[in-house]
Amino acid sequence: MTPAAQLLIGLVFVPLSTALVAVLLPPRRRRWAVVLGGLAWPCLLVPLSMAVAREQSVVMVFGGWAPPLGIGWRLDALGLVVLWVHALAGIAALPSAWRRFDPDLPESGPFWSLWMILATGVNLALLAADLFNLYVALELTTLAAVALIATDDGIAALAAAMRYLLLAVLGSLMYVLGVGLVYAQTGSLAMHQPGIEALNNVALVLMLTGLMVKAAIFPLHVWLPHAYSNAPGPVAAIMAAVVGKAALVAFWRIWFETAEAPPAQLADFLGLIGAAALVYGAIAAYLQPRLKMVIAYSSISHFGFLLLLLPLASQQAFQGAGFHLLAHGLAKAAMFLAAANIVVVLGSDSIRHLPGLDKRMPLEAFTLALAGVTLIGLPPSGGFTGKWMLLSAAWETGGWFWLVLIVLSGLMSAAYVFRILALTCFHPARRAVHHLHPRPPKITSLAALTLALLAVVIGLYPHPVLDLLGAGMPGMVR
Amino acid sequence: MISPWTTQILPPAVVLVSTLAAIVIFVAGEARQRLRIWVNLTAALLKLLLVVWIGLEVLAGTTFMFRFELLPGLELILHADALSILFASLSAVLWLVTTVYAIAYLEHSPNRARFFGFFSLCVSATMGIAMAGNLLTLFLFYELLTLTTWPLVVHNGTPEALAAGRSYLRYTLTGGVVLLTALVWLYGLAGNAVFTPGGFLAPLAAEHGGALTLIFVMLVAGFGVKAGLIPLHGWLPKAMVAPAPVSALLHAVAVVKAGAFGIIRTVEDVYGLELVAELGMRLPLITVASWTIVIGSLLALREHHLKRRLAYSTVSQVSYIVLGIAVGGLLATSGGMVHLVHQGLMKITLFFCAGIFGLLLGVKRIDQLDGLGRRMPWVSGAFTVAALGMIGLPPLVGFISKWYLASGALAAGMPLVLAVLITSALLNAAYFLPLVRRLWLNPPGTLVEAPIEIGRLPRLALMSSAVATAALVVVLGVLAAHPLSPLNWVVKIAQGYAP
Repeated sequence: MTPAAQLLIGLVFVPLSTALVAVLLPPRRRRWAVVLGGLAWPCLLVPLSMAVAREQSVVMVFGGWAPPLGIGWRLDALGLVVLWVHALAGIAALPSAWRRFDPDLPESGPFWSLWMILATGVNLALLAADLFNLYVALELTTLAAVALIATDDGIAALAAAMRYLLLAVLGSLMYVLGVGLVYAQTGSLAMHQPGIEALNNVALVLMLTGLMVKAAIFPLHVWLPHAYSNAPGPVAAIMAAVVGKAALVAFWRIWFETAEAPPAQLADFLGLIGAAALVYGAIAAYLQPRLKMVIAYSSISHFGFLLLLLPLASQQAFQGAGFHLLAHGLAKAAMFLAAANIVVVLGSDSIRHLPGLDKRMPLEAFTLALAGVTLIGLPPSGGFTGKWMLLSAAWETGGWFWLVLIVLSGLMSAAYVFRILALTCFHPARRAVHHLHPRPPKITSLAALTLALLAVVIGLYPHPVLDLLGAGMPGMVR
Repeated sequence: MISPWTTQILPPAVVLVSTLAAIVIFVAGEARQRLRIWVNLTAALLKLLLVVWIGLEVLAGTTFMFRFELLPGLELILHADALSILFASLSAVLWLVTTVYAIAYLEHSPNRARFFGFFSLCVSATMGIAMAGNLLTLFLFYELLTLTTWPLVVHNGTPEALAAGRSYLRYTLTGGVVLLTALVWLYGLAGNAVFTPGGFLAPLAAEHGGALTLIFVMLVAGFGVKAGLIPLHGWLPKAMVAPAPVSALLHAVAVVKAGAFGIIRTVEDVYGLELVAELGMRLPLITVASWTIVIGSLLALREHHLKRRLAYSTVSQVSYIVLGIAVGGLLATSGGMVHLVHQGLMKITLFFCAGIFGLLLGVKRIDQLDGLGRRMPWVSGAFTVAALGMIGLPPLVGFISKWYLASGALAAGMPLVLAVLITSALLNAAYFLPLVRRLWLNPPGTLVEAPIEIGRLPRLALMSSAVATAALVVVLGVLAAHPLSPLNWVVKIAQGYAP
């Protein structure tokens, strides 16, 4: 085992042990544990990034049995990108979470512990190199997420959590059924099994459908808007940044690595589903009466966008989609953190209350605007870079339909982003007097702003990430 | 001699000067008025100096080039050729004047930090367009321009302003999307290419003629949205709800000119006029431009609201630029390009004056102009000079443009274009002369609102801005033969394109 491979253990066990410690320690000592745990595992990403850049992937096997016979963990470029989103969003959410769930208070123990379990689950899902490990990791993630949503006081959050739980369990069942079929067919659970002829189509569809529920891909998205918009602010930020994405990455992996050469019609069909998601999410986002709902529906639209990788299926498209994943994750987390502060100050996130907010909370307004620029994909921003790569890929493969769709997706995002900005900054009612609560500490605003800035700045210097993603996935056209 | 490092750093520096100013203004906040004024003026002066410096170096033959690889095979390029300098110096000069004007105009209105911040960003974007060395960079700053002008258009926050902002976004973002599609296609075909006089696409014409034609149409349509080519002009009259300095800058320099400039670059530096003609696109381009010139003027005639009439006049006048480029040849190209500067000077004067009438006297409609000549002789004088320039009265700058355009049309053997120019001159006279008559000859009417009193200094700043640009309208017309006049500069550029 290489030294880098040993670090993979840290990615899982640091958050896991922090989760344990957070419940066991008395409140006054808890603060150090959660800060240490929350900041320690992101540090591991630095040496791991160098290792992945050198060797394309870092593999750890258990008991000396390499996959496909044994099981193991594998960190590749795509996993690394999502891990970075996870780490950055997690660090940025810390101040906001700290304000909301002060670790010194006895009753906030479960929150920190659940958060760290969520982090464990997400990291594990990104590392999993076999289908069953992935199942366990996604279950862990889902359960922790459900509980975290329910940490909000309102009855709406409880209902949303319940709805999420039921749907996610249904998704898990379908997925695990598919996994069973794969095992029956090939006798192995490894995610990548070179040499299998064609995967059983029923198994493939079952697994993909299960993951579509977890990744909230239209029309199986129904849990997401309520879950994200009713969860406490920092939870929504983390979830929007990585929980759906971990499932989406699993989706891509099963498509490109496990199925290897899936039927072309299915790729086009899933691309069309992505297109429908893109349009539906954008229209729904435009119509929402609450800020957090707008942001949540925007996620549905962008998940649809990311599904377009399936029909395009080239190395360039993979780089574009991976980059979009990064930019979107950062921008979304930034928006939810800003929205969290807005909820604190206004006591609600109804967009009727937004006019004039730019004067009270200029940093939040600026964060929403910057993140919006990335969502629309205006240059120069991370969103533009991803979009340009996908467009080039569509051009190269002659996919004119996809090309036009990708181009139009920017316009659709622009509609809901500018609606919010116009309301916030320029609406005539902006001199209205708000019943204001004291604003949260400035560091929470700055953390959100930093994420949004990062989402834009990566567009100016995308080389490291694109080089990492350059290897593509099996079954992709170079 | 200038060091190689300086030639790389100067083009981005010109762009970033006003970005920095914007950041300082945003951070300083609403209350720091004195600081804001200083930052604004210093940045504007510094930018002007930088542009003059680069211009002199370009004259001496130095090449300026800044390259930054955005993606593999996708470069951000800022350079400075004679055409960049033309647009950049226009923007720099007019930004300085408009800053002085805007500081006075917005003396007591709210949200000034936001206004001046975006105002500076908008100029940054315009400079980026001027200095862009390839289509991607041009597109990038073109989109940034949309983003930074929108807050200015909706600045007043009234329902009409918001509606105008929506309409503006609808038009310009759709235009941006069309541009992006064309760009992806073009990059797929031709790769990462730098603007080259005479174009770089000719070798591809045999194989991809149809694709190139379609891309050309998309590029012209994408840029045409901001240039106000009819029927893509719908946002322009609505955007008149913005404060006067914004209208002035939008019409004279930033948005409308950015569109025209994009078309110039597309025709001259991406395709080359020969290829455009070969693809059968020259005549359609001439037709669209002529059509816009005539219809724009007719629509202007119909308007009774002063700023809206000026807006339609812009629609019409900006197409002179496109017309000149499309007709081609040394004379017409010069006439078209020099109108970029000349129309800018005249139109900004008109908007300055309209803004002063509106702010100080509450005059918004044309029938309220009666007898203002006696009340405000300097402003009315400036207005008259600019209006006469628009009609094309010698020796004002408008005459110079039209003379070159007309001679160019004849030289190219296109008498119909000449007819368009004459019709347009008559229509211009028809919608500008009544204004002049009202100003000077009609007896004063009663004012709808009581005159607003502002301090002496702001009043002086407002009037002197208008008078200064009006003076330029005269001086540059009289001194058109001077070696450093815009005309001679443009003739030098045109020689590069149409020897």
